Amino acid sequence: MPHDDPDHPHSLLPPDPALRVKALETILTQKGLIDPAALDVIIDTYENKIGPRNGAHVVARAWRDPAFKAALLEDATAVVSELGYYGRQGEHMVAVENTANVHNMVVCTLCSCYPWPLLGIPPGWYKSDAYRARAVREPRAVLADFGVTLPEDTAVRVWDSTAEVRYLVVPERPADSDGMDEAALMDMVTRDSMIGTGLALPVERSAP
Amino acid sequence: MSRPHDMGGRYGDGPVVPEEEGTVFHADWHKRALAITLASAAHGAWNIDVSRHARERLAPMDYTRFSYYEKWMAGLADLLVEAKLVSREELAGQAPAPSPSADKTLKAAAVPAVLAAGGPADRPSDVAPEFQPGDAVRTRRLAANALVDGGHTRLPRYAAGATGHVVRYHGTHILPDSSAHRLGDAAEPLYAVAFPASELWAHPEHPRDEVVLDLWQSYLAPA
Repeated sequence: MPHDDPDHPHSLLPPDPALRVKALETILTQKGLIDPAALDVIIDTYENKIGPRNGAHVVARAWRDPAFKAALLEDATAVVSELGYYGRQGEHMVAVENTANVHNMVVCTLCSCYPWPLLGIPPGWYKSDAYRARAVREPRAVLADFGVTLPEDTAVRVWDSTAEVRYLVVPERPADSDGMDEAALMDMVTRDSMIGTGLALPVERSAP
Repeated sequence: MSRPHDMGGRYGDGPVVPEEEGTVFHADWHKRALAITLASAAHGAWNIDVSRHARERLAPMDYTRFSYYEKWMAGLADLLVEAKLVSREELAGQAPAPSPSADKTLKAAAVPAVLAAGGPADRPSDVAPEFQPGDAVRTRRLAANALVDGGHTRLPRYAAGATGHVVRYHGTHILPDSSAHRLGDAAEPLYAVAFPASELWAHPEHPRDEVVLDLWQSYLAPA
């Protein structure tokens, strides 16, 4: 099969993106190649069921349970599968832990690979040219775009997802969070902290 | 030999713009594009490597100007024609004819199981691992597909000809350079390899920073 077709068939569709999708959906539906009800289930899955709260659950559990964390860092796929978080774009999971010495950050420079079962559909910036181009070369400048400054003696390790392995960052547990329950800890685990472009939220010191 | 998707390290793209966690899709057509792509893939007429390569071989001008889901739509339309699931005439507006593949169409009731099953990329292989964690390795001098001229590869240009060390062995995985061209799975050992930032960039931000890439054994030589 030739891998370059100078006469791309996609150019036969309407140029406007919304009309283009509508045209393709109509053609595929009329040919019987897609089921509109199946599309609704797919959309509902990623809009309402699978998202970054799954990852936050894993992180909060790792913070509270050293044996769970050790198992997660050893074989994340097995551990998250037991929690029901196995699936498309999360078939081979690796968890990497942030410490005072190293800050991990995840990117996919070649496309936009992302751990869907744990974090859902990637945010727009993760798929942007700016993030894909810059995260590997100047991660600290990218972190500054997110308002994050690391200590001078913390090394950055950027993981470029070039295979079917998907990476989850386990952010550092906030200070003074001892004794907090899983739900409270989950609230501190942001999506960005599990990609490595953010930190876990601090304990609310002014809580009533 | 280059394609525009291989943008790691590029200059000039401007700031990264953070966004709130709550919004999954920014337009209705984005969610339709995602769903149509996943539902079409369920026919099994292509694998993930073929579909990635379909986006990568869009004309550079199109790849650059298209937004994320526009790339998905363009790649999908091209694949549907290549796989003979849809004709060029139908894309151009001719009345669509019922497809003989309609009996294999993904039904709503099957969606949860299909998404939960995923598509693992590890496969048994006769290729024995040559490296182990700690070993020094060097990547190919050119970030090129060794099997097909201009073909798909997962070695980015910025990491070509670079020396690093193995930090993790992932088992044996399908080789995209083969799979994207329907030349077979050709599974082989896959490793996470760490490179000092100073090995990749003229002006690294920090002397201890590293970039880790997942790389297949055939991309690597002992260093």
